[in-house]
Amino acid sequence: MSEIKEVIRVLDIRKTYEMGKTKVHALQGVDFSVREGEMVAIMGASGSGKSTLMNIIGGLDYPTSGSYFLDDIEINKLSKNQLADIRNQKIGFVFQGFNLLARTSALENTELPLLYDRSKRVKKHSEAARHSLERVGLGDRVDHFPNELSGGQQQRVAIARALVTNPSLVLADEPTGNLDSKTTVEVMSLFQELNAEGVTILLVTHEDEVARYAKRIVELRDGKIIRDIQQTPDIAAQDLKELLATRANDQGIEELEAAEAD
Amino acid sequence: MQALRLVKVAGKSIIKNKMRTLLTMLGIIIGVGAVIVMVAIGEGAQFEIEQQIQNLGTNMVVVTPGAAQTSGASQGASSFSRLTPEDAKKIKNESIYSANVSPVFSSFRAQIVGGEGNWRATILGVTPEYQVIRNWDTTSGRFFDAREERTGAKVVVLGKTIVDQLYGDRDPVGERVIVNRVPMQVIGVLESKGQTADGNDQDDFIVLPYTTARNRILGRWSFMRQILINTYTPEDIPLAQEEVRAILREAHGLASWEADDFEVRNQEQLSEAAQGTTEVMTALLAAIASISLLVGGIGIMNIMLVSVTERTREIGIRMAIGARGSDVLTQFLIESIVMSILGGALGIALGVGGSTLLGSTMGWATAVNTETVVIAIAFSGAVGIFFGFYPARKAAALNPIDALRFE
Repeated sequence: MSEIKEVIRVLDIRKTYEMGKTKVHALQGVDFSVREGEMVAIMGASGSGKSTLMNIIGGLDYPTSGSYFLDDIEINKLSKNQLADIRNQKIGFVFQGFNLLARTSALENTELPLLYDRSKRVKKHSEAARHSLERVGLGDRVDHFPNELSGGQQQRVAIARALVTNPSLVLADEPTGNLDSKTTVEVMSLFQELNAEGVTILLVTHEDEVARYAKRIVELRDGKIIRDIQQTPDIAAQDLKELLATRANDQGIEELEAAEAD
Repeated sequence: MQALRLVKVAGKSIIKNKMRTLLTMLGIIIGVGAVIVMVAIGEGAQFEIEQQIQNLGTNMVVVTPGAAQTSGASQGASSFSRLTPEDAKKIKNESIYSANVSPVFSSFRAQIVGGEGNWRATILGVTPEYQVIRNWDTTSGRFFDAREERTGAKVVVLGKTIVDQLYGDRDPVGERVIVNRVPMQVIGVLESKGQTADGNDQDDFIVLPYTTARNRILGRWSFMRQILINTYTPEDIPLAQEEVRAILREAHGLASWEADDFEVRNQEQLSEAAQGTTEVMTALLAAIASISLLVGGIGIMNIMLVSVTERTREIGIRMAIGARGSDVLTQFLIESIVMSILGGALGIALGVGGSTLLGSTMGWATAVNTETVVIAIAFSGAVGIFFGFYPARKAAALNPIDALRFE
């Protein structure tokens, strides 16, 4: 069996912010790597440095020191424009607040990254976007606007947008932070499905509810990794089924009670 | 390629925010429209004046009586005429540069009876050459000839207004009219020259040989208002002026130290003052309108700045998924340029429409020229670039992390 490719390699990354006279050490030497096909949850309380790490891994920010390789490209040495191209071609972002463009259809939102793709790998934009939406189960909602979609559906459009360029890495920052428990499980089920198809996924979260669906958990505290464990993830699809069954049951009981009261 | 896609993005953004777009463009629409209407009014006035001067005749030189000096006290222009038919004859005989010469006698309004009623009109006593100088055709009949001038024939040529008043639609040629109790024969009708800008009717005249006018109607003591001369070419005008001046000084026996007792002017000098006034007016109107265009441009900048703040999150999203700073800059710049050029185009429609409306309803002369339209388009495009650049640069300089966090 050949060696599995490393998508991310982070070597002794440090990040220091200067807030007036005080220096804030957000990251104090972080080393870790992610191999192709992994589904990793980066956990930590607020202030642990996980957002800073995500910004650096996402190519939105530079580390103060250390090296960061994505697909063997040393990202921290690139210019801002090169960084933009890396974000475009190699990374798919999924945000907590969905971050879809308003008054823009699901299809157009999904096409958006292709618009800025200078490599022009994808020729037929709307076809690629349509395919991407089908992958997330929204093939019948392509012409809907964000305000016509539920939170879960909006997040799925955002995931479709992240997938449209076939990125090396999907980076999800608190992807279920704005969703209720049922939709959270739905979205996590989708992530697991995509992961099973071979998509490398990095989740940033502070919720155990989310992290339990990941194959590996990396926990940060005070800018350092304090835990890095492999685990057997829960199956979101299974949980969803149970959840729906209980819901239906509860509803049945409620209806019975209502009938009795009459 | 990339630029074309960004044009599409900008176009979509403009279409998706119709109200904002319209309000933004309104300043430019009104600005460009105002410039076009104002310049059209100014140009129209200028054109009108040029037309009137053209109506006077071509290559024309006018001699008017100057101020007579009585013991050194100036009596003012035309206070006492020192022009005589002999002066006109002398110019005719001696001047090389003058093609046609005609004395002009005129009266206060004289009573004319004929056809269906009577009318008071100005009488002009001239020579046949007057018709050539003023380039004034007859629509019916003919002008009088040299023989009729010499013999003082009792013939008249009527202006259009008089024909309308006395004969209606009937052709008066061959009819008899009575001018100040003298019966005369109508031999022709002059073509209409319309009104002057200040509302004077240029067709309210009857024209007859100066000999007849002097002897039969105006009396011996009538005096000459003008001598009209035309030259062969426009280049001859200044030469003719000098020559005529010399001839008249000699005819009037003026000593070298005495001032002219007449004035020799050309068409251009006659019109210069009027022309200058309308030019100033046009410039002033254009300047005022340009200010509104400038205000429109500032309006665009204002909206674009607000728009950058309002769309910070959108910019953050675009950057996160791979838009470069230059992509964002180009998008915003294209948006403002498209809006101002679109506004400019609508402004041109408004301006041309407005000018035409003013022209037809108010009876104002307006002339929209392509030059103004081209300048207006170019200017609105420039406004778009100039006032769009700062907001666009501000958008492009945003940090994607902060932009995404922006609420």
